[in-house]
Amino acid sequence: MSNILTLDHVQKTYSVKQGLFGKRKPLRAVNDVTLSMRKGEVLGLVGESGCGKSTLAKLLLGLEKPTAGDVLVEGRKMQDLDRRSLAGRLQPIFQDPYSSLNPRKSIYDLISLPLRVHRIGDAASQRKAVEEVLDVVGLPARVINTYPSQMSGGQRQRVAIARALVMRPEIVICDEPTSALDVSVQSQILNLLGDLRRDFGLTYLFISHDLAVVEHLATRVAVMYLGRIVEEAPVADLFERPRHPYTRALLSSVLTPDPTQGVPETALGTAYPNPIDPPSGCAFHPRCPFATAHCAAQAPRPLQTDAGLVECHLHDPESPIYAEDAA
Amino acid sequence: MTDAADPLAREIRGPSPQQMLKSRALSHKGLIFGMSVVVLLVLVALLAPVLAPHDPYEQSLMTRMVPPVFMGGTWEHPLGTDHLGRDYLSRLIYGARVSLMIGAIAALISGVIGTAMGVAAGYFGGKVDAFVMFLINVRLAMPVVLVALAVVAILGGSLTVVICVLGLLLWDRFAVVMRASTLQISRRDYIAAAQVIGASTPRILLTEIMPNVVNNLIVIVTLEMAHAILLEAALSFLGLGVQPPTPSWGLMVSEGKNMMLFEPWLVLIPGVVLFVLVLAINLMGDGLRDVTAPEGRS
Ligand SMILES: Nc1ncnc2c1ncn2[C@@H]1O[C@H](COP(=O)(O)OP(=O)(O)O)[C@@H](O)[C@H]1O
Ligand SMILES: [Mg+2]
Repeated sequence: MSNILTLDHVQKTYSVKQGLFGKRKPLRAVNDVTLSMRKGEVLGLVGESGCGKSTLAKLLLGLEKPTAGDVLVEGRKMQDLDRRSLAGRLQPIFQDPYSSLNPRKSIYDLISLPLRVHRIGDAASQRKAVEEVLDVVGLPARVINTYPSQMSGGQRQRVAIARALVMRPEIVICDEPTSALDVSVQSQILNLLGDLRRDFGLTYLFISHDLAVVEHLATRVAVMYLGRIVEEAPVADLFERPRHPYTRALLSSVLTPDPTQGVPETALGTAYPNPIDPPSGCAFHPRCPFATAHCAAQAPRPLQTDAGLVECHLHDPESPIYAEDAA
Repeated sequence: MTDAADPLAREIRGPSPQQMLKSRALSHKGLIFGMSVVVLLVLVALLAPVLAPHDPYEQSLMTRMVPPVFMGGTWEHPLGTDHLGRDYLSRLIYGARVSLMIGAIAALISGVIGTAMGVAAGYFGGKVDAFVMFLINVRLAMPVVLVALAVVAILGGSLTVVICVLGLLLWDRFAVVMRASTLQISRRDYIAAAQVIGASTPRILLTEIMPNVVNNLIVIVTLEMAHAILLEAALSFLGLGVQPPTPSWGLMVSEGKNMMLFEPWLVLIPGVVLFVLVLAINLMGDGLRDVTAPEGRS
C-alpha cells in the first residue's frame, strides 16, 4: 500500500473581515494537517460543520492553493502536474447535486465534459463512454438528452458520480455526497459508491459530519476539529476504542436513539468555537470533560502510535496529565 | 429498502427546459405584446424605402404643415407634413431606423464593455474586482447627459458620435449586474467541477457562466436600448444629437415644439411613437426575464 495522495503540513488561512469596518483577521481553516491516502482505501473524514473538511477537499482537488505545505500526488507536488493527468487521477463528488450540475446543460454535455475538454476520443466513442458510465451508475441511457431539472436529487447525484467516473480516476473526493439527499435515497447512493469502489478499485476520501455514515464505507477514519486532525485510526479501532475525547463525544451522539440529530451537539455542551478566535492551548479544551489547566495552556502534539494518530495530552506519555488507562 | 420502491427507477419527470421556455413565453402577454411591437418597428425600419410614401428629405414649401388625416388632412400625407413640407409619415418611418440603430449599436457596445468587465470582476475577484469597481464608481460619478452633451458639443453632433458616446457611457448597469450574477454563479459547485476537470478559463466563462447569466444580460440590453433611444431623442431635441435634415424622432419633436400650441400633432406623433417603442422594449425585457429565469425562480 503506497501513498497516492498526501497532505504534507498543509495550512490554509483565509483572511476574513468582521463587520463592515472590521479589521481583516486570519482564519485557519486547515491548520498544519499531515494526512496520507493509500491506494484502495476509503479514508473517512469526520468533523462538525465548519471544521475545515471542505477546505481540505478543495486543497486536495487543487481548487485552493495551500498557504503553507504541499499536496503530493504519488509523491509529486500537485502544482508540477498538468491539469489533464490530475483530472484523470482525481475527481470530486460534491454535496449538493443541485449546485454541482449546470442547469443549462444536458446530461450528455455534463458527463462528457471531461472527455471533450481533454479531447479524448471522437464523438462516437465519447457517446459510448457516456452511455457506459450511465449504466455503471444505474441510469438508463435515455436520460442522455434530458436536463438536471427533470431529475430527482438522487438521480442528479448519480449524474455527478458518472461525470466523476468518466475519466476513470483513481481517487474520488466525496464531500458529503449524501447529506443533501432524502434519507430514503442516501443509502442507495452509499451502496452505489461502495459497489463502484469494489468494481473499479477506487480510492475514496469520504467526508461527512456524521460518523454513522462513515462507518459503513470507510476503512480508516480521520477526525477533524477546528482545522486539525485530532485522531486517525482504522475504522474498527476508532469505533471500538476511541481515544480522543472529541471522538468519544461524536460516537456517543451517534449512539443516541434520536436520528434527527444531524450534528452532534448535546454530548459536547458548549457551542463550537469561533474559528477566527480559537481557544488557547488545545482547541477542544472548552468543551472537553477531561480538560485541565495544562490543556488550556499548551497545545497537544500529534502522537503517532501503532493504533494511529491522536492529539491529546491524556495520551501523551510526556504530558503531566498523561492517563495510562486512557490510552 | 427494496428495489421495487427505488425512486431512482422512476420515469424522468417533467418537460425539458426548452419546452418550458416555449410554453412560458407563449403565455406571457407582456412579452408577446412588447416583442410584436418591436418586431413590427424593426420591420418598418428595414423596409422603410418600400413603406415610406414620400422621400423623407423632399421639401415642398407649397404644402407646409398639412394636418394629418384625422385632423382634416388628406391621404396624400396621412400624418401631414412638417414646417418644410416634408411628409411626416415618411420621416417617422425613416426615424425608426435612426432610433433602433442607435439603440441597438449603443447597447451592443456598452453591453460588450460592461459584460466583459462585470464577468471578469465577478469571476476573478480580488484585484480585478477592485479595479472594475473603481471604474464603475468613476463612471457613476459622471452624469451621462452632461458628459454626452459636452462630448457632442466638442466633436459635433452626428449619428456616429452619438452612437459612440452612448455606447461608451451606458455600460455601468451591464457591469454591475453581470458582476453580481457572475459572483453568484461562480460559487456553484459546477464551476468547481469544471475547474477540477481542467476546463480553460475562457471555456468556463463562455459555457458554464454565460448561459446562466444571459437572462439577466437580456434584460439589461433592453433597458439600455430604451435608455439610449431616449437619450438620443433628448440630445437631438437639444440640437446636439443627430443633425438635421436626418429624420430622428427627437429632432422631429424639437422642430415641432415651436408650433406645439397650434399644431400639437407635430410633437405628439413622434412623442407617442417614441413612447410606444420604449414601452415595448421594456415589456419585452421584463417578459424575457420572466420566462428565462432558471427553474425554481420566477
Ligand atoms: N473562501 C473562504 N473565505 C473565508 N473563509 C472561509 C472560506 N471557505 C471556508 N471558510 C471558513 O473556513 C472554515 C472551514 O470551512 P469548511 O471547510 O467549509 O468547513 P466544513 O466543510 O467542515 O463545514 C469555516 O469557518 C468557514 O467559514
Ligand atoms: Mg463542507
